[in-house]
Parts: sequence; structure tokens; C-alpha cells
Amino acid sequence: MNEKLDITALAKLARLEVSSEELARLEKEIPSILEFVRTIQTVDVSGVQEDKGLRNVMRADENPHETELYTKKLLDAAPAREGDRIAVKQVISRKK
Amino acid sequence: MDISKLTIVEARRALDAKEYSALDLTNAYLDAIRAKDGEIHAYLEVWEKSARDEAKTADEKIRRGKASTLTGIPIAIKDNILVEGRVASSASKILEHYVATYDATVIKKLKAQGAVFLGRTNMDEFAMGSSTENSAFGPTKNPHDTKRVPGGSSGGSAAAVAAHMALAALGSDTGGSIRQPASHTGLNGLKPTYGAVSRFGLMALGSSLDQIGQLTHTVADSQILFDAICGHDENDGTSLPDMKKNNAPMKRVIGVPRIFLEKGTDSDILACFEKTLEKLRAKGYTVVDIDLPNLSYSLAVYYIIQPAEASTNLARYDGIRYGLSMQAPSIQEVYSKTRGVGFGPEVRRRIMLGTFVLSSGYADAYYRKARSVRALIRADFTRAFESVDAVVTPTCPSPAFKFGAKSDPLAMYAEDIFSVPANLAGVPALSVPMGTVVSDDSDLPVGFQIIGPHGGEETLFAIGNDVEKFEV
Repeated sequence: MNEKLDITALAKLARLEVSSEELARLEKEIPSILEFVRTIQTVDVSGVQEDKGLRNVMRADENPHETELYTKKLLDAAPAREGDRIAVKQVISRKK
Repeated sequence: MDISKLTIVEARRALDAKEYSALDLTNAYLDAIRAKDGEIHAYLEVWEKSARDEAKTADEKIRRGKASTLTGIPIAIKDNILVEGRVASSASKILEHYVATYDATVIKKLKAQGAVFLGRTNMDEFAMGSSTENSAFGPTKNPHDTKRVPGGSSGGSAAAVAAHMALAALGSDTGGSIRQPASHTGLNGLKPTYGAVSRFGLMALGSSLDQIGQLTHTVADSQILFDAICGHDENDGTSLPDMKKNNAPMKRVIGVPRIFLEKGTDSDILACFEKTLEKLRAKGYTVVDIDLPNLSYSLAVYYIIQPAEASTNLARYDGIRYGLSMQAPSIQEVYSKTRGVGFGPEVRRRIMLGTFVLSSGYADAYYRKARSVRALIRADFTRAFESVDAVVTPTCPSPAFKFGAKSDPLAMYAEDIFSVPANLAGVPALSVPMGTVVSDDSDLPVGFQIIGPHGGEETLFAIGNDVEKFEV
């Protein structure tokens, strides 16, 4: 495998604003880490059955806590709020 | 009162015998913190007032004859474990002022016993690192040699206990973050079986790997703290239904994956390791070489799975619901600016790496392949435990290193070579001191790692006790 790494696109995908100096450094570091972890490519995994014992764990949907018990605490942690709501920038914008 | 030799066991005895009060004890530790932590920087915040209040409550409990094992015992808490009403920052700028809105289950359990919380300890940001150099608030120094790192990511917890600024501490271990600092500071460190201790209220790093555990001076103390924090919790879907202890009688056989550990390990550490094996033989153990053929892939598997899970888990830090939030014209820029400014370089690196190995077109070759190899590693351990009680290795290939010595990320990642297999397999592992090695005129402690089968903590404590006996 010899993929070309588009580090700028990767930063965008990860929603990270990264300086150009750091991008230049990551452009070297990430491929060298990938080269190291690629050593697993040679392992024969045919017939491997993973996670046989895994199952979903669900809580019964019962005994709700009292309304507003945590509202204030959680809202107090929010960076911006309007009344009892967390305020965010517009998510969907109309293209003009 | 001399706290330099103190253990939980001895403090419990003295508190119950009224030789000193819990408040005296807490004050002794607060004094030690004031005297030493300016240089060591193990704590990000010391909770003097509440610690004294908790100590007074503990004294009342003792006076009424209602003391539990940990009543009045002063403990330090890693900064990624939530204590209600307290800042919990994971040593990150993005959570610098974040106040926890609830208690982690482990904290609830310790509070119920009347433990005293001294403060929150420094760590590598979001537990990514092996030295505490990745803390956004400056590194912690190793009390054995302040030119060196204490290990990480639970380096603050380790340094606090090693410098007698706490009697014990909680940490978290995703790939060695309790055992490696324990090894570098001469302590006992346990990573419990995956699911043995609730992670409710622990900031998630690698959800298939993370466990909360403890750093203590002795194996007996480790056992006390483990008994206090383990158990099923309905708030953690990965918590084991009923922590079945592995009560299989011990075969007194110990396996050494010799091929795996001899490459790249310092010769003086191997010498300490052999000496420890020799003493275990003298104690009646049979020591055999075993082959875990896929063990050598552990580090590569780990550095795919862990960044993948980290990049997913850290998506929640986006400047909307809590934590740092940068102003920007659009919501997309709020996300990327907040995360760009709030996260440090190692966290950004791992998020990018994780995003890559999960991205369309590469996920099969990296992430899914790594999961399959992980299943092989797990099977290797299952097979090994059919014939041995425990698999042992040195905890780390080299002793504590100097600040700045591992600026290449791959060199830092190699620190975890012996510790990541236990996390990948979900099995418990205990690091116990096995002596010291000399480097640049410093005596540096090194650890002996004992890996057991799922639920085999008791076996680890039993072997750990035997190792400990001939260390003193």
C-alpha cells in the first residue's frame, strides 16, 4: 500500500484547525507512524472470529429522574445559552 | 508521624488505635505537598479545605466505631476522573475550566467509605502519552530524579504517591498509563480486568481499552483499593455483570515470552528480571518459556485501535455543550478553531491518525485488520493461561528517561511495548517494583509486570506479594 496522504483534507475531516508548520510536520510524522503500524498487514487473519462474546447492553427504560434535576448544572457548563437552551450558530444555511 | 514509610494498612491500624487522627494524617500530606510539589508538580489542584473537612468527618466516623477500610485515607485523583463540583480538565486547555457535574462511580464508592481527596493530579493530555510532557499545564518530575519523567499518562498520580504527597492514587490505563509510571517511580500499579471497575465518570480515551486502577506503595494496599472500586455498575455498559473472580487453584507456573521481550530491552533491566525469576523459582514456582506468537504485533495493533477510538471519543469536545468555545462566524469554524486551539499537538496527531485509519478506503486495511490481529493476540493469552498462572515481563524496556529524550512520537510509543498487550486482551496486569538500575549516577526503579487471566486479580496479588517479599 502506498497511499498519498492529503494532510490538509485529513485535518478538515477531523475538524481541526492546524497551522501550516504543524501540517508540514504531520506530513512526515503520520506516514512514518502508518509505516510502522502496517507491519500487521503480513499477519494471516483468515478464519479469525472476533468478538464472539459481545452483546448489546441496554438499561431498562424506567425510573426516570425528576424533571429539571440536572438542567441547571448541565446548562451552566454550556459556553452560550438562551434561556434554558444551548445556543449554537446556524447549522443549515440557505445557499444564495 | 513519619509518612515516608506509611501504607494504607498501617494508617488504618494507627487511625483505629487513635495514635493520630485522620485530620493529623491529612495535614501531614498537605504539608508534604506544600513542601515538595513546587518542584515535582504532581498536582494540578490541591483541595486543602475540603480535604480537611473530609478528614474531620472521617474522624467522627472512626470515633463512632463506623470506620471502613478507607475512612480517613488521603488519596489523589487523576484529572480525567470526575468529582462533582470540581474542575476536571484531563490536563487539556479545552477543559481547563470544566466543572464536573457528577461523581464518577469510583469516586462515589470512595466517598461512601469516607476517603479523603487531596486533589487532582497531572497527566498527559487526555491520557495520551508516556511521560506527562503532553500536559497543557507543564510536566511532572520524577521524585527519584527530577531531571527525568515520572512516566505517564498517570505521571502526576505516580509522583504524588512516590514523593509521599498522597498515600495512594487513582489513575487510568489505556495502554500502560498506570503500570509504566508505577514502574518508573517504584510503585505498585494495577490495570484491572476490562470491565472489573466502572468507567462511569472517566473521560473516555480508547473505550475498548480503558480501565481505572490504583497506584500504591504495597501489593496489600493495591488489593484494598481494588476491592473498594471494583464491581458491577449499571451506568457502565461495559462493566462485567458480576465480577467473577478467577478462583482456579494456582498451578504455580509462570510463563516468560522470552522471544518477545529480549529485543530492545536494556540489559540491566533483563538482569533484574532474571534475578526476580530466580527468586520466584526459589519460592517454588516453575518458570517456563512460552510462545505467544502474535504478541510482537501488539504495539502496531494498539496504535491503530487506540487513535481510532480516541478520534471518535474526542469528537464530543467541539465547543458547544461545555469546555472551551472559540468565537467564529460559522458553526464549522467554531468546531475547528475550538479543537485546534484547545487540543495540544499529541492529541491533534492522534485524532488525525485515528481519522485516517477509520476513513473510507483505509478502514479495512488498518482498523478492521487491527481488530482481527487483536483477536489473535487475545487467543494467544487464552492458550497461554491453560498452562501458566501468569505471563511475566519487565513493565518497560528501559527506566525513566530524561525530559525531551523522546521527541519522536514513535520512540515515545515504543515505551508501551510490554504494557499494551494486556489492554488489547482485556486481561489484568500488575506492575511491582523489582529493584533499581543505575543510569547517569541515578538509582532508577524498574517494574516487574505480572499478567493474569480475565478476573485473575487475586493471582496477580498472590504472585506480587511473593515478589514484594524479597524486595524489602
